[in-house]
Amino acid sequence: MNIPNIQILRSKKFATKLIESINNVLDEIDRPIKLMHVCGTHEHTIFKYGLRSIISKKIEIISGPGCPVCVCPAADIDKIIELAKRKDTIITTFGDMLRIPATNISLEEIKAEGADIRIVYGPNEAVKIAKENPNKEIIFFAIGFETTAPLVGFEIQSNPPLNFSVLCAHKLIPAALELLISQSQLKIDGFISPGHVSAIIGLEPFEIFSQGYHIPNVITGFEPNDVLLAILMLLREIKDNTYRVLNEYSRVVKPKGNIKAQEIISDVFETISSPWRGIGRVYDGGLAIKEKYKDFNAENKFEIEIKESHDIPPGCSCHLVMIGKLKPYECKLFRKKCNPINPIGPCMVSSEGSCSIYYKYF
Amino acid sequence: MMIDKENLKVIRLAHGAGGILQQELINFITKDISKKNINNGIGIDELDDGATIPIENTDKEFIITADGHTISPIIFPGGDLGKLSIYGTLNDILMMGGTPLALTSCYIIEEGFNMKKLENIINSFNKASSEEDLAIIAGDTKVMPKGTLNGIIITTTGIGIRDRKIKIADNNLKIGDVIILTGSIGDHGTALMASREGFNISTDLQSDLASLTPIICSVKNEIQNNFIHSMKDPTRGGIAGALNDWAKKNNLGIYIDEEKIPIKNQVQAICDMLGLDPFNIACEGRALIAVDPNYSKEVLKKIKETKLGTDAEIIGIVKEENPGNVFLKTIVGGMRFLDMPLGEPIPRIC
Repeated sequence: MNIPNIQILRSKKFATKLIESINNVLDEIDRPIKLMHVCGTHEHTIFKYGLRSIISKKIEIISGPGCPVCVCPAADIDKIIELAKRKDTIITTFGDMLRIPATNISLEEIKAEGADIRIVYGPNEAVKIAKENPNKEIIFFAIGFETTAPLVGFEIQSNPPLNFSVLCAHKLIPAALELLISQSQLKIDGFISPGHVSAIIGLEPFEIFSQGYHIPNVITGFEPNDVLLAILMLLREIKDNTYRVLNEYSRVVKPKGNIKAQEIISDVFETISSPWRGIGRVYDGGLAIKEKYKDFNAENKFEIEIKESHDIPPGCSCHLVMIGKLKPYECKLFRKKCNPINPIGPCMVSSEGSCSIYYKYF
Repeated sequence: MMIDKENLKVIRLAHGAGGILQQELINFITKDISKKNINNGIGIDELDDGATIPIENTDKEFIITADGHTISPIIFPGGDLGKLSIYGTLNDILMMGGTPLALTSCYIIEEGFNMKKLENIINSFNKASSEEDLAIIAGDTKVMPKGTLNGIIITTTGIGIRDRKIKIADNNLKIGDVIILTGSIGDHGTALMASREGFNISTDLQSDLASLTPIICSVKNEIQNNFIHSMKDPTRGGIAGALNDWAKKNNLGIYIDEEKIPIKNQVQAICDMLGLDPFNIACEGRALIAVDPNYSKEVLKKIKETKLGTDAEIIGIVKEENPGNVFLKTIVGGMRFLDMPLGEPIPRIC
């Protein structure tokens, strides 16, 4: 892997040049431009380096449904909460999941009541806990996009102990994006596409946007100059009336992606129609564990009964924030009733959630 | 099902992480204390590094600090709990412009704690205090039943003395003050995180744990003459926490230049990998010093001449605009808020 010096990717000199070029192309286009990214980490980079303050006001960057914990439906969290109430059960999951509000309570609250819920940094740690606690059931709450699914798949493939199982709530990005464009009136001029997801799935799944919807796509890295360069590349496409899928993040993303990881995903999981919090049911929008690995599927192993679940609490606008229709500060709960200490909606919890990022930096 | 949310409120880890929640907890604990200072010295309300007790009919005042020390792992790259307890207490006294005199120590130990390990901690505690010429003048021990405590906690009281004319305090920032940072940020917290189980990060990064004595000695004159207005050691909450604390207590704006902030490559790399921000990560041997602009170059020069302060830099300035906020000019030239960290930093998912 050819990694350029990080200093270049964060250099002011390079940034200044990029902005100059962006402004030149913008002059030629001569209309406001709306770009969408679909990754919480991009929003993070944009805010962390104050990029909106140095690019022209003519460019609006909106955030799409790119926060993995935000789009996890309340029903799935309700399920894991039910499982956490079982005796001799250890729930393992990523730290961000703990505080996401579900229908009634969050994992953090059930933890305070005494449930054994542990934060892990990957499913491999959950398997380790399972090996150390043979008399307990260890359930990994698997959330995230194409990026985290292969890790979970790998553990399932590698003969984990039988007291290990997975509650699978993985989501797939391209399907949700397509639904979003086909339905909404957002009129997006270009996509700043997610580098991490593309590293796994490659460029091909994004072709639908250029072929079908004539919207250019740039697969983008996460340093400030990655994002500025991607904006420049998108503007050039817009100016020339072309709409290709381009790869700015070629130091990591290969055109075909990570074949090995793709093989793991297709061996362990099948694509299903899946509910996204704030968006609704997305055809081909999620993953489920295949029948042949059903021993490790928590939904198969345990009877889980939940009552009707509610994704969006009253007054909360997360469903509109997630699809870029509303800015976090346009929600009437923002900074008032809803803040990172007492989050009402999911977007205020995760460090990748738009509301939380706006709260922190805006 | 109706859930009584009030009943579910519990202390969370984030209540101790140096952010907004910790402030809420401190306020909760201290709000009903009836007597909060002695002889109009600095009291608990100021939430400073410590308190002062002016000694009547003299030009001196005592400095008293309180500190509870706990760390995981107990021995970490660059230090251990014993050394941390001494330097943590000592640095609090130094940050108020005081001369440290003595400590009290209280060891709270869990039943079953390994005696050899305890001996190592005590040896390190005693060695550090003797090197700093500090007396240990009182103490206490408690042993707690197994399971009621995770290993060991050391609590200390620090006692120091300073001239009453020294005005150094958290709320003594002046418009135009220049802010000096004495070294790289995030080393301590990042080294600890990398050494914890689960990350498998191999690095030779060491904690920055150190006594700030050499730095403070180098600028003794400026402290005596009140050219230095305020000092803070950015422990929990990192420099983001410390700078916001300043901005809020003084109701002034602080403008920081990211380019000037020394960050080691290893710290940046590990933080990038885990999705953490070095600004929020604890240091244990660094100081932020607010200096009268007329003396800032001189102070910086003196600090840079010490071994501990070679990487010191002027990182920002205090302004009247935007009171209560910290602004960061980012390395690519953008502007953003540098906000108070909210709680324990959590690594990101993808």
